Amino acid sequence: MLSKEKILQVVAANQPEFVPLPEMNHGCLIEYSDLCAQFKTASENVGATVQRINDIQVLKEELKKEAEAGRFIINTIAGLGTINKQATLLPAARLNQLEKVYIKGTIGVAENAAVWVPESNMLNRLLPFIAEHLVLLLEKKNIVTTLHEAYQRIDISTAGFGVFIAGPSKTADIEQSLVTGAHGARSTKVYILE
Amino acid sequence: MKTTHAALAEKFIANTAQTDWHDRTLWLVRQKRDKAVHTLPEWEILREWASQIKNHTLSQLSEYLSEFEQKAKANGIVVHWAADAEEHNRIIYKIIRKHNIQNIVKSKSMLTEECQLNKYLEQKGIEVVDTDLGERIVQLRKEPPSHIVLPAIHLKKQEVSETFHRYLKTEKGNHDPQYLTEAARQHLRTKFIESQLAITGVNFAVAETGGFVICTNEGNADMGAHIAAVHIACMGIEKIIPKARHLAVFLRLLARSATGQPITTYSSHFQQPGPGQELHIVIVDNGRSKHLGRKDFRNSLKCIRCAACFNTCPVYRKSGGYSYHSSITGPLGAILNPNTDMKASADLPFASTLCGSCSHVCPVKIDIHEQLWKWRQVIVAEGYVSRKKKTGMKIISFVLSRPSFYRFSGKAGRWIMRTFPFLLKNKLNPWFHSREMPEAPKQSFRDWYLKHKP
Ligand code: SF4
Repeated sequence: MLSKEKILQVVAANQPEFVPLPEMNHGCLIEYSDLCAQFKTASENVGATVQRINDIQVLKEELKKEAEAGRFIINTIAGLGTINKQATLLPAARLNQLEKVYIKGTIGVAENAAVWVPESNMLNRLLPFIAEHLVLLLEKKNIVTTLHEAYQRIDISTAGFGVFIAGPSKTADIEQSLVTGAHGARSTKVYILE
Repeated sequence: MKTTHAALAEKFIANTAQTDWHDRTLWLVRQKRDKAVHTLPEWEILREWASQIKNHTLSQLSEYLSEFEQKAKANGIVVHWAADAEEHNRIIYKIIRKHNIQNIVKSKSMLTEECQLNKYLEQKGIEVVDTDLGERIVQLRKEPPSHIVLPAIHLKKQEVSETFHRYLKTEKGNHDPQYLTEAARQHLRTKFIESQLAITGVNFAVAETGGFVICTNEGNADMGAHIAAVHIACMGIEKIIPKARHLAVFLRLLARSATGQPITTYSSHFQQPGPGQELHIVIVDNGRSKHLGRKDFRNSLKCIRCAACFNTCPVYRKSGGYSYHSSITGPLGAILNPNTDMKASADLPFASTLCGSCSHVCPVKIDIHEQLWKWRQVIVAEGYVSRKKKTGMKIISFVLSRPSFYRFSGKAGRWIMRTFPFLLKNKLNPWFHSREMPEAPKQSFRDWYLKHKP
């Protein structure tokens, strides 16, 4: 007999009697009076920086300045200017020099600073991780209270890949001393567009 | 060689300063967990939901496993089933051979530890590079991880510095964690970029979508999985959860319980292989289906590997991971290992004070300390305890089941302790190696109570 059948057979024979799923009433969940302020606090607690902006122009100019300075930057946000599709497809050895990437997040979670980034927004799955610095753009109206609400708003089955990102890459594996920039981005900055 | 928990713990505590540091540091992690937990008024409700979702899942596990496989296949994922560790390793080896793969990176997966994958591949001349910083440190030192979340928690930075100096050519005597982490980043970047195969674990597999989630702080699972042409994710059959929305419950609990963070830096949702990539999942049994049939012990299959029970355990904190002489250490190892090898793990359920702290912090409400107590009975009944312990337990059960004899022996004991204390406190009695006995009272509680009864 194949392992699959054998495993499923033993599992079916040994699994306990049916137990129902719990009723999950979201009425008991935490609430925040100011979602944006809570998101900012949570972000700072996980080592990210947050800047609130009223106009996308701020970002456009920042991007332009960096491009003019000849830095290796990739923009994946249509609203910020042209997207260099070719650059997103560069091999990993080349992307290893990527200084910064601009990506739009679709949902921000106030309780834990996580920003949802689906594959369609990052263009190449590797970009948010391999870049030295990560810039996320988030619209204020897309900040939700908890992860429960976030999962109501996103459908994970529609993206080939998607990730919640909360702050920069970090580790405390040496004597529990917190160090940012383990393998992924050394910094994460979130722009919240009012 | 002595390999019992007690003997190995004795070795660990020989270095008092390091033992104290280990104890204090893990307690700090426990305190961070408490702080994070107290920010959420719904914490206890979340634990209850998580526990019930897991109970439900275990009661429908065969159905959910089938659903998961079907959906995963529809997503373009290749699904493999492994009855045991050997088959798991063989499946991975076959994929490696098929693609003639040389460069392999692996992110943290307790399952591949359990299956001893690295050792298996090494014997076939294949090297696997562990990429989690803590795991890389212990791999270079040829040691196993001592903790499931903090693999190198038994080491001081001086020891890491020496290891890195030797293998990564870092400056001798530079112990700065920032400097050492940066060296590891550079070293592992080259490994990622050359990698052809990424092996990862799985934190949660969603039956409803056929996808899975991996949580890391470092980003190492993603660096590997998105660069290598082939990604193999390995999961035990118990990693299944029914619905995508259940991820909210588990992700809210996991990092808060593990390190006190509100969520890990990356919670990566893999649904389909990347463009031009191959994505495999190996679903492993390795004793779990049998465990599911043990009514008193099946609860441990609800575990989400947060290690909160390790950090809070007074025995773990003061005896270190290696004293558990198995790949899964701590209180969790003590309830899981007897299922697969009762003889080799017979001492582990006794390495506990049964204080219950583990059960109180467990985010999925596993009755850890009760299982430890129940395992003791199974192990004694099956004859796996040492003669010394067995004789002691037999005497105790003889005495405790005879009330009048119990009263007599209590009186006799108190008299002996007062009159001939050396009879108990001597080299032959291990209880006194590092303990003092209180002075024995003249009267038992029972006698006192009978006299003072209102
Ligand atoms: S038994 Fe509970 S506390 Fe221990 S690792 Fe598993 S989920 Fe965490």
